[in-house]
Amino acid sequence: MTRLWSASRLTYLALTLSAVLSIFPIYWMFVVASRTSDTMGQVPPPLTPGGNLGANIARLFDNTDAYFLTGLINSAIVATTVTISVVFFSTLAGFAFAKLRFRGRNALLLVIVATMMVPTQLGVIPLYLLMTKLNWNDRLPAVIVPALVTGFGVFMMRQYAGQAVSTELIEAARMDGCNTARIYWNVVLPALRPAAAVLGLLTFMTTWNDFLWPYAVLNDPENPTVQLSLRALSDGYYQDMSQVFTGTAIATLPLLLVFIVFGRQIIGGIMEGAVKA
Amino acid sequence: MAVQLDARPPVAPAPRPTRPGLGNRLSRLDTKYSPYLFIAPFFLLFGVFGAYPLAYTFWVSLHDWDLLGAEHPYIGFDNYTQLLADSDFWHSVVNTLGIFVISTVPQLLAALWLANLLNRQLRARTTWRMAVLIPNVTSTAAVAIVFAVLFGREFGMINWLLDHVGISAIDWKANRFAAWVAISTMVDWRWTGYNALIFLAAMQAIPRDLYESAAIDGAGRARQFWSITVPLLKPTIIFAVIISTIGGLQLFTEPRMFNSGTNAIRGGPLRESQTVTMYMFENAFAPHYNFGYGSAVAWLLFALIAVVAAINVLLLRRLGGGSRKEVSR
Repeated sequence: MTRLWSASRLTYLALTLSAVLSIFPIYWMFVVASRTSDTMGQVPPPLTPGGNLGANIARLFDNTDAYFLTGLINSAIVATTVTISVVFFSTLAGFAFAKLRFRGRNALLLVIVATMMVPTQLGVIPLYLLMTKLNWNDRLPAVIVPALVTGFGVFMMRQYAGQAVSTELIEAARMDGCNTARIYWNVVLPALRPAAAVLGLLTFMTTWNDFLWPYAVLNDPENPTVQLSLRALSDGYYQDMSQVFTGTAIATLPLLLVFIVFGRQIIGGIMEGAVKA
Repeated sequence: MAVQLDARPPVAPAPRPTRPGLGNRLSRLDTKYSPYLFIAPFFLLFGVFGAYPLAYTFWVSLHDWDLLGAEHPYIGFDNYTQLLADSDFWHSVVNTLGIFVISTVPQLLAALWLANLLNRQLRARTTWRMAVLIPNVTSTAAVAIVFAVLFGREFGMINWLLDHVGISAIDWKANRFAAWVAISTMVDWRWTGYNALIFLAAMQAIPRDLYESAAIDGAGRARQFWSITVPLLKPTIIFAVIISTIGGLQLFTEPRMFNSGTNAIRGGPLRESQTVTMYMFENAFAPHYNFGYGSAVAWLLFALIAVVAAINVLLLRRLGGGSRKEVSR
């Protein structure tokens, strides 16, 4: 790559416009969340934050329809558990596919690629029946266990391990008498750390965001994930919009924080994945 | 999308130094079985909670199976026959396809344009990329609630803006086509920036000298974009279209949360914005809990996704057919 086209003023103008469109709904969410509920009827709509955020938060956490605090805690538990599990199993399997020799390797890898194309969301009905049998309905294992592995994660780690893990280092470790598990822990995992971090971030965000399956299987209004709390708020008979928006803002905040801190890595992960896929 | 299956040569079992028999045998067992042990968790968990439910959906769809019935007799393809004559089902199919078309086409064009803008010498490069990606990292349900208010009939900001250009208030939820537009806007808001970054990555892989020689031949920027960038991006575009098809035809959270209250899962009182996945949900879970019928919906949706994805790939192949040869590499 020698030289990129230079950016004209028009380029910056167009990009600024795109950025404003991207950010405005999020910004406005926080504006309404910080105002009183009569904001909705005002013309022109107010565009600056107000001073009512604390009161809105207090009312939100007292709302007996939404169980918002339980929802937040549940979502944190689910997303954290799933993230740790996906990263662990994906690095393990990705390492095996990239660096170990075994019969059926290529065929099994093809199966993994195929699973990425299958709309597993369409299997929710038998999954629901299965959860009924396991007596997991309305309980967190129902949303945790099916998400513990992803084909995407395995494939991503396998692609990265192919280039990032040194074959010589593995051989040297073996000569020193390391077994494969130790090689994974001491050689492979440290080398995979950057990609594993990106996978972890993406997994956390996807899991935090998950809606359809929790909605199907967690029917107890007292034990929701945060997205289900939002549903309860939004479907409520009496809608206090500043309170609903406080909920949406709090539910979005962890994702935004993750993104602001690790945005560069997340963008890198998405773009690298695009070239390799 | 070429999936490259062979990375670096795998590690051969290392030559083992002479050691007592037991250690030797253990180490041979280790190299032989560890790989399987490492990939087993994925296949076990995916098998039980991913593949089995999907296949079993078909089995359930062949039965008269609901929550309360103690038995669920085999009824062959009756669910499917009933479904094919079910106008509410077809209504949801039309909604899904309508939303899919009016969201995907502008979205991919806008993403190409945005990628082209980002593929320049920019100050604060990462900041711009973050700005266009930020919609993608928000909570879908939260954003759908926000958009539902933005598209409100009386106090919505969109209608307020439209009023300024002389368009009278639109009832975005009650008008079927307007509801499609509102939901498509939500989908595009979330995914345009993401696709732009995917396209940008592919654009950066195009060798610069192609553009330089085209410029020497007198091709302007627009010409270069359409006869170099776009043809070379075709595999990536096809990939993006397939992913959009799989995701778009299963659309659920946005239309579900765009509506609120008692008719929400129906997409409004007259099913103005009910997608197929919502129809599956309505039948399979609350209020009906008709697992057999819901499963039939799931399988027909599965078929629909496969057909639409295949059509898209064929169309895209033909549209850009041969253009790749024009750019001799």
